[in-house]
Amino acid sequence: MRLAFEQVSYSYAGAASRKKKAGKKEKRQADWGNAPGEVWALRNVSLTVEPGEFLGVAGHTGSGKSTLIQHMNGLVHPTEGRVTADGADLVDKDVAVSVRQRVGLVFQYPENQLFANTVYDDVAYGPRNMKLPEDEVDRRVREALLLVGLDADEIGERSPFDLSGGQQRRVAFAGVLAMEPEVLVLDEPVAGLDPLSRADFLALIASFHASGMTVVMVSHSMEDLAALADRILVLSEGRVFALGTPAEVFADAAALKAVGLAAPAPQTFASALREAGFPLPRALYDEATLAADIAAALGCGDGAASAPDGGGGRG
Amino acid sequence: MTQRSENAPEAAVIAEAAEATEVVAAAVPGEAAAPDTFVDFRDAAFTYDGERFVFRDLNLTVPQGQFLCLLGGNGSGKSTLAKHINALLVPDEGAVEVFGCDTRDAESTYFIRSNAGLVFQNPDDQIVASLIENDVAFGPENLGVPNPELRERVTRALAEVGLQGFEKHETNALSGGQKQRVAIAGVLAMDPAILILDEATAMLDPRGRAGLLRVVRELHAAGMTVVMITHYMEEAAQAERVVVLDGGRVVLDGAPEDVLVRADELRALSLEVPFACRLSLALRAAGVPVAPCIADDDLKEELCALRSSR
Repeated sequence: MRLAFEQVSYSYAGAASRKKKAGKKEKRQADWGNAPGEVWALRNVSLTVEPGEFLGVAGHTGSGKSTLIQHMNGLVHPTEGRVTADGADLVDKDVAVSVRQRVGLVFQYPENQLFANTVYDDVAYGPRNMKLPEDEVDRRVREALLLVGLDADEIGERSPFDLSGGQQRRVAFAGVLAMEPEVLVLDEPVAGLDPLSRADFLALIASFHASGMTVVMVSHSMEDLAALADRILVLSEGRVFALGTPAEVFADAAALKAVGLAAPAPQTFASALREAGFPLPRALYDEATLAADIAAALGCGDGAASAPDGGGGRG
Repeated sequence: MTQRSENAPEAAVIAEAAEATEVVAAAVPGEAAAPDTFVDFRDAAFTYDGERFVFRDLNLTVPQGQFLCLLGGNGSGKSTLAKHINALLVPDEGAVEVFGCDTRDAESTYFIRSNAGLVFQNPDDQIVASLIENDVAFGPENLGVPNPELRERVTRALAEVGLQGFEKHETNALSGGQKQRVAIAGVLAMDPAILILDEATAMLDPRGRAGLLRVVRELHAAGMTVVMITHYMEEAAQAERVVVLDGGRVVLDGAPEDVLVRADELRALSLEVPFACRLSLALRAAGVPVAPCIADDDLKEELCALRSSR
């Protein structure tokens, strides 16, 4: 599925005035009326999420990341402009309903949204809502749990609230995967996890992408985005600040700093060494390539030969 | 001390709490640990369900004025340990003493809680009022602090977290980082002797995290005892002491520059090592003679020195 944003702007005040037109309760109108001026969460955003790509989304708090991804399955609609899925406008209710089954949205701390008595029922909630036959629901629940490394027979009848935080998050993921989405949209999927669980989850997400799923991932970790994303979108104050490959986006560390972000650590360190006179030619560095090139620059060992690849540092 | 806090009117307790640092140091009974020990876990064991122990035979002391960082994978017992420091939880076996008071002694609970301030992970869970000044005043007001002093405390606490002049702002319009600073101000207004942060930076963006860490470092520089739980190694690198928990046991304990370079052990404990350490190890593997280090600047300096010597 190709998701396209066409000159999308979104204003919370705008949402209020739309509600007003729709004749909602007057009390609510009065509350909204107190909103200080027009606050635009998104301003003239145009971009296309290509089928099968891994799009990273970065931007500091309040830059519009969450608002952007809520547009991706029609949870909120643009105040101006439009969002389309394969050309169909999501403002159309029928389109939005069908897109919602094909675009799986995983919110921050998704384990907070677990609610059912058993793990099985929680994961089955989406497919059952889709009115699928029970044997299909069963297949999906088992497969989705397997995908996140859990066994339905072992864990299915347990209460999700008895599980560890990491397991709870896996169950929440499974609930979205059971919808068998084409596009997986993840808002800070590894926030609050320890480093090992973080690595596990990122590997899991990479495997979804490798299996052909389109992935949109919001993250504060530039290292994670650099390692995983095909393209990175940087938002600042609701505007597209940068959109390109990790090497393109992280080339200008100073510009990133101005919008409250930092380039990945190897990249930042490389530019500090470059200023100190080290010849470091690559556009994007990770730890391995950086160590190899530093070793080469200092004429140590066989550093240059141990570089994993000659290219963009994503090997 | 316990005796006094039991019978004294609340306001008097607060006046004591304000000088908790001195009071405690002077009032620790002889058989307890050294007089400057604020937190003392002695062979402590705790279980939620009566079967699986979160920790057992745990021994850990935190001296007054220390900035300690507690690391460990999910489920290693960090948060459970933190909740023992202000008597939210008490050990099933062994003892936990805070400011020289046994946490199981119900008469000490009030004193301990009003002097050990705990800040949690989610800023939204910790804001109780719609105006910042009301939120910060909530704790001390409940302790019975009278008004002129209450106002002073709120003003001072907000200044300490870099939010001076924000008294009349609405809490719902704040960013996560600002909310977390308000939560800390609310704790500081209670005049604690020790500040415990349980992954207080986990939900913040890099800018909010840096701001919060700066506040914590300033408080520590001014004499506050700090116990900080985090997953971020770059934060741990700034502490005075790093303690790593695994399965409820202290497995590593020392200065950050000694603990955080032990890459193999940390990885086995599902933890990471700081970037500078990872790079210095990769450089050593590539034949570059650098020492393992935890700060980017140190590594850069070392590399520049190597370069100019060749």
